[in-house]
Amino acid sequence: MTTAVDRIAIKAKERPGDRIFSTATLVAGGLILGVLAAVAAFLLIQSIPAFVAEPDDFKGDFTNFWSYVAPLAFGTLWSAFLALLMAIPVAIGIALFISHYAPRKLAAGLGYIIDLLAAVPSVVFGLWGIGVLAPMLQPFYANLVEWFGWFPLFAGPVSGTGRTIFTVAIVLAVMVLPIITAICREIFLQTPVLYEEASLALGATRWEMITMAVLPFGRAGIISAAMLGLGRALGETMAVAMVLSPSPQILFQLLTSQNPTTIAANIALNFPEAHGVGVNILLATGLMLFVITLIVNMIARLIINRRKAFSGAN
Amino acid sequence: MSTTLTVSAPVTNSLTAGKLPKNSSLMVLLASWLVVAAFFLVINLAGVTDGFNWAGTLFFGTVLYCIALFLFSYFVEGIRRAKDRLVTALVTIAFVVALIPLISLVGTTVINGLPAFLTPTFFTESQRNVVGAGGGALHAIVGTLFVTGLATLISVPIGLLTAIYLTEYGIGRLAKGITFFVDVMTGIPSIVAGLFAYALFSLLFDDPGIRFGFGGSIALSVLMIPVVVRSSEEMLKLVPNELREAAYALGVPKWLTIVKVVLPTALAGIVTGVMISISRVIGETAPLLIIAGFTASMNYDLFSERMMTLPVFVYNQYASQGTDAQAYVDRAWAGALTLILIVMLLNLAARLIARVFSPKLGR
Amino acid sequence: MSKRIEVNDLDVYYSKFLAVEGVSLTIEPRTVTALIGPSGCGKSTFLRTLNRMHEVIPGARVDGEVLIDGNNLYGPGVDPVLVRRQVGMVFQRPNPFPTMSIGDNVLAGVKLNNRRMPKSEGDDLIEKSLRGANLWNEVKDRLDKPGSSLSGGQQQRLCIARAIAVQPDVILMDEPCSALDPISTLAIEDLIEEMKTDFTIVIVTHNMQQASRVSDRTAFFNIAGTGKPGKLIEYDDTTTIFSNPTVQATEDYVSGRFG
Repeated sequence: MTTAVDRIAIKAKERPGDRIFSTATLVAGGLILGVLAAVAAFLLIQSIPAFVAEPDDFKGDFTNFWSYVAPLAFGTLWSAFLALLMAIPVAIGIALFISHYAPRKLAAGLGYIIDLLAAVPSVVFGLWGIGVLAPMLQPFYANLVEWFGWFPLFAGPVSGTGRTIFTVAIVLAVMVLPIITAICREIFLQTPVLYEEASLALGATRWEMITMAVLPFGRAGIISAAMLGLGRALGETMAVAMVLSPSPQILFQLLTSQNPTTIAANIALNFPEAHGVGVNILLATGLMLFVITLIVNMIARLIINRRKAFSGAN
Repeated sequence: MSTTLTVSAPVTNSLTAGKLPKNSSLMVLLASWLVVAAFFLVINLAGVTDGFNWAGTLFFGTVLYCIALFLFSYFVEGIRRAKDRLVTALVTIAFVVALIPLISLVGTTVINGLPAFLTPTFFTESQRNVVGAGGGALHAIVGTLFVTGLATLISVPIGLLTAIYLTEYGIGRLAKGITFFVDVMTGIPSIVAGLFAYALFSLLFDDPGIRFGFGGSIALSVLMIPVVVRSSEEMLKLVPNELREAAYALGVPKWLTIVKVVLPTALAGIVTGVMISISRVIGETAPLLIIAGFTASMNYDLFSERMMTLPVFVYNQYASQGTDAQAYVDRAWAGALTLILIVMLLNLAARLIARVFSPKLGR
Repeated sequence: MSKRIEVNDLDVYYSKFLAVEGVSLTIEPRTVTALIGPSGCGKSTFLRTLNRMHEVIPGARVDGEVLIDGNNLYGPGVDPVLVRRQVGMVFQRPNPFPTMSIGDNVLAGVKLNNRRMPKSEGDDLIEKSLRGANLWNEVKDRLDKPGSSLSGGQQQRLCIARAIAVQPDVILMDEPCSALDPISTLAIEDLIEEMKTDFTIVIVTHNMQQASRVSDRTAFFNIAGTGKPGKLIEYDDTTTIFSNPTVQATEDYVSGRFG
């Protein structure tokens, strides 16, 4: 009763320095939420004209916004899916190599080398993809179509330049590799040594120890790492824009010159020349991309946070 | 009869029974490569292929190595050891595979970029009135420094204050919400940040064709703030609570404790984090392509007219090649080399700062 | 400089959990008072309420009053920052500021509060405080070296010098020797004996020999079980507590029968 009054009275005595400083930090924190809301709001406002756009407003043969965005959304998801398919096993392998196989002294340095991949700007990946990777892979693609053309994904005719969605997927895989590796590595290193030693003491080989202790412990972490990698692959722009020779269709073939492009690449290629409703249409596709990546990232973060609560690490 | 005891073979250690010798996996690897190399040599000499197939040798040799190692181990050591060896091989291969693109990428950039990089005008001239070879990337370098510099000036105070809020003041739902959305914000695609800046300023100034450097800074800030928050937060959390308590016990108010004890202790780590976040956004192309646009001329004014930046320069030189295509491609690679050098230098400096200047905590 | 502390019916809560219940005692000026008791009995928590350091822990709060020369620490409008300038504290683990030199560590209480001080005055304060902490002769040639370059025992004495430099009336010590070796412990114990002439000292210790060596009065805290609040069981002259306690639990504890 009286104590409650006392406590309020005590709180009231606050130094101006403390007041100003804590308010400043709070404003900064709130500003971040504001920015995120503003991103969504401004994109939405500018997108409205696109949803009611006439068929003439679209570049190409489309009746409305949804038919325009569908192949782009497909290309975005398809290329990101292919990239993850390649990146995840390799990333887990690298993370295991660094955390459990490489000599302890080398581990940090090896991790740094992989992190360097994350530091390379995407436009340089684009240059490399089109200048080195695509020409290098083209003969390999030709062989693949020749021998395995009966398999639907590898159906011909083969692309003459190598600038296919498969090449894009490889570039994307290389780009998301360091992200997935970094998180997996952290999580594998967090495996309680007790579990590891318990399984080794039972006479397990190193691989059995990993399957018994490390992987079950890190499962949620691997999933969320993959989701974060997915978020990056979905939003990657320049590498796709530069490497791919696009055509706005839904196609599963990996090695032809007809490739579905991605939302981000489509914006980058068309924005500089867009005008009128065309700009709004591109902004609306950007909004779609924002929503997709937001959902993916939120799921990833929820998985990570739930795992944190159970691991007792905090 | 006791004198005629059978003399056993030299004493063996029973614990070594059923194991392959120490260097066997290396031997198997070399043998596999040799076998495949021999195969490719034969078909090369037979004239089926033109030239010796190096890539095929390494690829199929490594595949053969995995199979052979597994089989050897399976028959000598049993299935459990065999699996273990196979996984060890696969995991190591995964690491080596990741190195291939890195080496190839850095190698090509250096080789293709050096000629134009070393021309004296590359750092002293813009592309104004340049057709074909010649000119430089000064306008792009200046633009990148201006745009990224301003983005840093915006992001660091906001990011650092937010990190302080989260570690020192934040409790309850708001802090949890901010942490969550900062994490989500790290996943915003860079092009969406560019579109946001465009949507914001084109509405604000009612100019659908708006392009200027400041917009680029805003877009980069959206990408940079969450990174600064996360790294600063980690660093502030590393400051031991004991130091805060020591300051409080000396009668120091909370805000002075933060400013004079917590921040100096974490300073090296925070600077490192900021430099790494700069290196993340300095290579961003897509948002700048949208809101800063491209130009061939110098522009020192962030608030009006298009402003060229290095990543956009690389893209633009490559995407719109003129009559003398090779000159444009060369400049693109030189720009890429400059970018990679900047990023690597930032990373290196950041790590150096972290190592040299961080105070020794604990004993 | 030293002052009398009166504690009247003090309860300490962590959120809703009652950690310490109903403590009342009086600490005379220029004495050393030892708080002993098993782990988790609330003696460190109680110590922190004497300069409101418990408020650093989220959810911690206090009912009751603590009077220092008649001024209630928990009265309305009391600034905890001013309280802490009068009641200094030394912690379990030595915690010199890693970014500051030895000299700056001693002056930390002054400098961190943005108070200006002429250099000569500052040097005098450093010397006086370090002499007060028996550290002057060991560090006078390297005052500009970082505080972390000292040994653990020296660091702890540096922390004591830092606390003295603010010129408080009371110094609280929370197991100041538990992270130190026996030689350093002896140095600190000798120091406490000397400091008694200027300060009122309250020390928490797990080491009963230490309590009997350094303190004039001893308070024994105990808990009935986990989840129960800690209570002050007995408070008396140290000799009485260790030779002729009135409560059975105290005798069991000091004779080593439990805890």
